[in-house]
This record gives sequence, structure tokens and C-alpha cells, in this order.
Amino acid sequence: MSNLGNRRLEGRVAVVSGGLRGIGLSTVERYVAEGAEVVLTDLDDEGSDAVKEVLGRIGNSASYLRANVTEEGDWQRVADHVTQRHGKLHILVNNAGTDLTGPVETLSMEAWRRIMAINVDGVFLGTKHLVPLMAESGKDVKGGSSIINVSSIMGLVGMNEVSAYNASKGAVRLFTKGIAVEFATKQMPIRANSLHPGFVFTPLLNAGFQRWVDSGVAEKPEDLVAMVAGNTPIGRLAQPEEIASAAFFLACEDSSYMTGSEIVVDGGYTAQ
Amino acid sequence: MANRLEGKVALVTGGTSGIGAGTVERLASEGAKVVFTGRNEDAAKSICDATGATFVKHAVDDAEGWAGVMEHIASKHGRLDIAFANAGTEHGDASVEDVTVENWNAIVGVNQTGAMLTVQHAIRMMKDNPGGATGSVIINSSMNAHRAMGNYVSYSVTKAAAVALAKSAAIHCGNQGYKIRVNAILPGVVETAMIRGIIEASGDEAGTRAIYEGMAPLKRMGEVEEIAGLVAYLGSDEAAFVSGSEIVIDGATTAGMMGV
Repeated sequence: MSNLGNRRLEGRVAVVSGGLRGIGLSTVERYVAEGAEVVLTDLDDEGSDAVKEVLGRIGNSASYLRANVTEEGDWQRVADHVTQRHGKLHILVNNAGTDLTGPVETLSMEAWRRIMAINVDGVFLGTKHLVPLMAESGKDVKGGSSIINVSSIMGLVGMNEVSAYNASKGAVRLFTKGIAVEFATKQMPIRANSLHPGFVFTPLLNAGFQRWVDSGVAEKPEDLVAMVAGNTPIGRLAQPEEIASAAFFLACEDSSYMTGSEIVVDGGYTAQ
Repeated sequence: MANRLEGKVALVTGGTSGIGAGTVERLASEGAKVVFTGRNEDAAKSICDATGATFVKHAVDDAEGWAGVMEHIASKHGRLDIAFANAGTEHGDASVEDVTVENWNAIVGVNQTGAMLTVQHAIRMMKDNPGGATGSVIINSSMNAHRAMGNYVSYSVTKAAAVALAKSAAIHCGNQGYKIRVNAILPGVVETAMIRGIIEASGDEAGTRAIYEGMAPLKRMGEVEEIAGLVAYLGSDEAAFVSGSEIVIDGATTAGMMGV
């Protein structure tokens, strides 16, 4: 990207959940390139190779915390860590998520509760525990602090055998609008918007495509990639960086009048 | 501002005031070469002096005049990368019961046909860009595409049409294999010179201003620069995977109800 590293987030602090891979990792990298300090969370142990690799590459601008987004106590630890290390927070990207596919009559209650816990409870808890600090820090920023909730185009339209994921991402979309109206009504300096990626080359997508191959939907993952690309007006899938650039736009002052809104980054998939 | 749009050529219709003028300024500040259209030559001159942009006097609904606009861009810059279909009006609008067919046709002419002509001419030039068919077209719709106004039927209907125009054009470009993206933006109430004029002429400046500011839960109008920032994002390569989208920028006005 031609404007990478213009340091438009200098002095800002961000939390990114699910920050070790995929869209989360790209967002962390972009924010650091723009001058932000980032706290990333994920499920890996703090001494794991993935953590060492990411922190080694990014350097002192980032710190890592093992945190399960479904655990309220873990979010309290994240809030304490951010307060102690930075004393401020301007950007929260509720990115951690999982998927679940299958015929609705075969989904177990346990699997349903798990995806709702990660995709919905996680967004609620992250918001709940970080809002007090963000409300304070937002006073110094044009447009205030910014919450970016990663939904999906599956939060806008239904898809065959994706009902649980559809429900969880739809919840993220409207939770975002609810808090946006709430913060604005109370004149709390926090904006909230949802981000709706289409098909993006991420580890989660690869795992999902492999599951479809295993269940006999396609012969190999490449066939599914070609099929999705063929159904996308832009004719391809996205790279994580192309979602991170939208997450950057929503984090910086350029989007200061945007709240309660959504950005769809899907190559035209849902316009048809 | 960093040169995110260096090497790009941009067209802005209705660029002599309001969101259009703010966008001319923003795109130029990011390195784009900007051509803008409109009818107010005096206003255009000072914008040209301030930004280095060039002006072509043209009303967006003048179908024959489009050839001259595109000829200016072709001869001066040889390509087109960004087109902002911004020109719009609500002049003479009323409720469906009261609107005259002349006023309805005039508003449809500018907001709907004018936007279509902008997208059409932009795509025709962008598809022949040196190096391949690339570009980004942004249509200025309105939050009223989602929430209609009873006393502005023509405006509400044409702004909804603008969203369908963006989606249809985006899909067409995909079908043709063009790397041309088309998106709509849906601003809320923005504090333009036009809105300021309405406030000043109302006879109750404080009261009228409070009504406009109270429409958004954020309790303020948008600034021209805030809309221009979104246009710049969509015009840049940052938004390379964004097409057929409609982006609301309204301080949460249409996100829900304000409650009690």
C-alpha cells in the first residue's frame, strides 16, 4: 500500500483480539506501521513460537496477552494490562472469531453455544471491559475512540449450512449499532462500526474449505477458491491486508463522523 | 497529507461548493490531479487557485456536454482513476402529493440521470486507461436512501436509485473483467454552505441549527472534510476489494432510534 507507514496513529493505543493470525495479525501490523502501540490477544501461550515470531518481527510497539475472549476474567486482565502499560486506549478491534457449518438439525447445542460464546459474548465482553478507558482516552481524539467489530458478509445474508455463523455475525452487526447509538446519545467519545469482510485468504478460510472438501462438497480446496472467485464481481478473494486497510480507516480520524455504520469489503459479493 | 493518490486523475462533479469542493481539496492534497465541474465560475476560480485543480463549466444533466468534459480530461491528463458523482439538488422538491412534474423531472435529471451519465462516462474512459481498465467511482447518495423524507419525495427516491446504480455498475464492471470499483456513500446532514444558508434564512437561526444538529445521535452535523475523507479512502488503492458497497456516514442517525 502506497501510504503504509504514514504514522497517522502516532500516540494511539489499540487492542486487537485474535491478533496472531489472519485479519487480526494484518490489522496489528498495519496499526504498528501507522505508529500505534498495540496489545494483541489470542489463545496461544505467551511463550509459544507464534507469539515469539510475531513480537520479534513487530518489536516493542506490541505486547501479547493470552486471553480467551469468552472469559470475563481474561478481559479484566487485558484492561489491567492496558491501563498499567499505556494508561490509555483509543482503538478496540473485536476480531477473534470462529466458524461452524453444517445442517441445522445436526448442530449440537454445545457447538452452537461455543460459536455464540466466541463470536458474540467475546465482542460484548471486550466492549464492556474496555469502554471506561476508551471513553476517557477518546476525549483527546477527533471523533473519539473507535470500536471496530469484525462481523462478516455472513452477518448480512444467509448461506446454506452456515446458520449458526450467520446468527452470530448478525448479532455483532446490531450490537454495534446499539452501542453506537448509546455512546452518541450519552455524548461518550467512542464510535462503533462493524466491518464485513467477504472471502479472505486466512487460516480460518483454509480450515473451512478443507472441511467442505472432507465432506465431499468439492474435490480440493483450489476448486472452492476458483468457485468463490468466479462468484465475486472483482473476480478474486481478498488478502488480509485489504481488510486491515478498512480497519485502519475506521480507526483513524478520517472516519470521525462514522458511527453505527458498516463497511462491507467483499469485492461486490453481496451487491448482486 | 501524504501522497496516497499520487499519479491518479480525479473527476468531481458539482465541485464548486459543499462536499464537492471539500473533496476537490482533499484529493488534490493527497497528490491527485483533479478536474471538477459545476456552474459557478467565480467559486471555481478560487478553488482552482487554492488546489491546482482545473474546472470545466458543465451541468451534470447536460448529456451532450459530457463529451467536452471527457475531452478536457483526456487531453490534459490522458487517463481517469477516480470519479466522484457528487452533483445533486433538492431544489423545488415537495411531498408526493404536492411536487410538480417539472420539479420532479429536474431533480431526477440531476440526481439520477446526472449520476448515471457520470458513471457511464467515467467507466468508458477508465476502461481504456494506459496499463489496463482500472479505477474507482464513488456516487454521493444520502442516508435518505434508507430513510425517506415525506416532504422530499424526489430527493429520497433519486438517492435510493443512486445506491442501485452503484451496485449495478459494480457488477457490470466485474462481468466485463474491468478492475473498476463502484460504491455509494450515504452521508447524513453535512454542514455545507447550502445548509448554512437555510439556517440563516430560516428566521430562527438557533432553533433551525438545533434541529439539524439534533438529527444525529452524535448531536452535530458532519463536516465537509469528514465526507471527503471517506471519498479519499474509496478512491485510493486501500479500498481495492471494496465494490458494490454502500457506506453510511451519518453520526448514527440511521443506526437506530435515539430512545427517550
